[in-house]
Amino acid sequence: MNTSTVHAPIAPTAPTALTMRRGDPPVEAAIGGTRHAGTPEVVLDVRGLSVSYGDRVAVRGVDLRIARNQVTAVIGPSGCGKSTFLRSLNRMNDLVPACRVDGSVTFHGIDLYDPGVDPVEVRRRIGMVFQKPNPFPKSIYRNVAYGLKLAGIRDDLDGRVERALRQAGLWDEVAHRLGASALSLSGGQQQRLCIARALAVEPEVLLMDEPCSALDPIATAHIEELMSELARRLTIVIVTHNMQQAARASDRTAFFTTEVGADGLRTGVLVEVDATDHVFGNPADERTMHYVTGRFG
Amino acid sequence: MTAVIGDGGRSVVGLAPLLDPAARTDVRVRTISARRRRSDRAVTLALWAAAGIAVVPLVSVVVVLVAKGGHLLDGRFLTGDIPLLTGRAPAACRSISEAFRAKYDLDCAPPVPGVGPAVVGTLLSTAIGALLAVPLGVLGAIYLNEIGGSGRIARVIRFSADVMTGVPSIVMGMFVYTAWVVRFGTAGRSAFAAGLALACLMLPVVVRTSEEMLCLVPDHLRHANQALGGRRWQGVVRVVIPAALPGLTTGAMLAVARAAGETAPVLFTIGVTLRTNVSPSGGNTTLAQQIYDGARSGDPLANQMAWGAAITLVLLVFLLTALARLVSSRFSTRLDG
Repeated sequence: MNTSTVHAPIAPTAPTALTMRRGDPPVEAAIGGTRHAGTPEVVLDVRGLSVSYGDRVAVRGVDLRIARNQVTAVIGPSGCGKSTFLRSLNRMNDLVPACRVDGSVTFHGIDLYDPGVDPVEVRRRIGMVFQKPNPFPKSIYRNVAYGLKLAGIRDDLDGRVERALRQAGLWDEVAHRLGASALSLSGGQQQRLCIARALAVEPEVLLMDEPCSALDPIATAHIEELMSELARRLTIVIVTHNMQQAARASDRTAFFTTEVGADGLRTGVLVEVDATDHVFGNPADERTMHYVTGRFG
Repeated sequence: MTAVIGDGGRSVVGLAPLLDPAARTDVRVRTISARRRRSDRAVTLALWAAAGIAVVPLVSVVVVLVAKGGHLLDGRFLTGDIPLLTGRAPAACRSISEAFRAKYDLDCAPPVPGVGPAVVGTLLSTAIGALLAVPLGVLGAIYLNEIGGSGRIARVIRFSADVMTGVPSIVMGMFVYTAWVVRFGTAGRSAFAAGLALACLMLPVVVRTSEEMLCLVPDHLRHANQALGGRRWQGVVRVVIPAALPGLTTGAMLAVARAAGETAPVLFTIGVTLRTNVSPSGGNTTLAQQIYDGARSGDPLANQMAWGAAITLVLLVFLLTALARLVSSRFSTRLDG
């Protein structure tokens, strides 16, 4: 565990939450959150996670618990390994040759990096939305139905597609032209289509990698509104460069930064994770304070 | 925009002087010098000339073809059998006695030129070649781009394909001749054997162009497939191939169009026929072979046949190319979202 990591005060009962197994009833974990002050359950438990590409360590020693039905924002300067960390949560890093992951990511009591785990199944349950909208060059309908067809779901395709589009707040805009090419939509609509596509397979967790960085402020506001809506039924982890976005749209915030090691190489580390209000209002670490107040270095 | 403008003794920075009528009179816009204008005109002219000269060979070929063979083009020519008798035959024929001619049913009417069997043979051998080369080539390209990547096996295959693209087409003909025709004797010469030779010729072209087309499909679409719980092969089948289809089709069609005009691989492998043969086995002929035979002959009718076959072949290749263009423009999809 990285000694520089500062955790929010966690009640003494918390550690039991980290040993949950499949079938156990949701264990109470006193993880702070503004929206759901009740008893959020830990969905993803990251322990001692390090990701390296070849010899280069991108992120080192991350310990982080992600609570159910919350929006967790991951912020930090460029190159601090935010995206790498996010991609390690649904094994998208497997696609990068020479990528190595150490430590564990526990999801329903199962380590996602256990040799017996099928990464395809992991990605089916932990969806992802990318920085750049990436709809398939197919019709709007077929984009949303894509994941369903992959999963072999044939019944009530129309209903599922409609529900996903409604959840993504896109239904009213595209209902009359589901057969039109997804590429005919605007950038913001395309990104919401990608969200709808990810929602259609009903994932438990949605990972969003700077989903608004290619969008204008109105489209961004649309998606932020959508996130708090979606957090009622699933768990969201969002990487963002936009601190106002993190402050506005998240319940908890994790701040990453780069550290220069003894070898002179830069490595991303988690500095602190806490309720968003705390991170922005009263950060525990000096580096976090410098970053959120706009003074870094 | 920041304009730095010298104004007598004082220097002013910014746009303000432009708005001040007094200062504006002092603003000197640098005009394009006469020398630059001259060189601009000279280079533009030179480029126009180069483009014009490049078109000369193409236009002159078409002009000569139409002049020499254009009048032959009609339904009779395109479908009729290839004449056995040459243009000199009628005179020789008439010197034979009437009784002999009647006895052997010899017709001294001048032979009618036709290339029907060659049109069929060209289409048949090219189709066989395409059926063999296109699926194999596209599958090979999928391996290279989606699986092999920059691994050793893929690099070796890619290098071999590049070398094979440069192998003269007559070598492909020789290869099929020794590997197939010699083994099966005269019966080995057929549209199928010619198709084999054309397939050898097309295969590396199809592999490399298809690989280029698959490479153009952006990785973010592959990642989207995987993020939705798709396996790699599902991404290839459901996303990558549909997205690359127009390009794949165009590449294949262009390879086919090129193969249709090949002479060398066909010479030793297709045999001979005067009648239309729609079977892949048995002797056949192609337009390119008719041109080759007709041009070598000293016979005026055979020469005419060569010109007629040449214009027919150019038309055929033109149609195939136009079809390829049509397909690619019709089904082209924008890949970047």
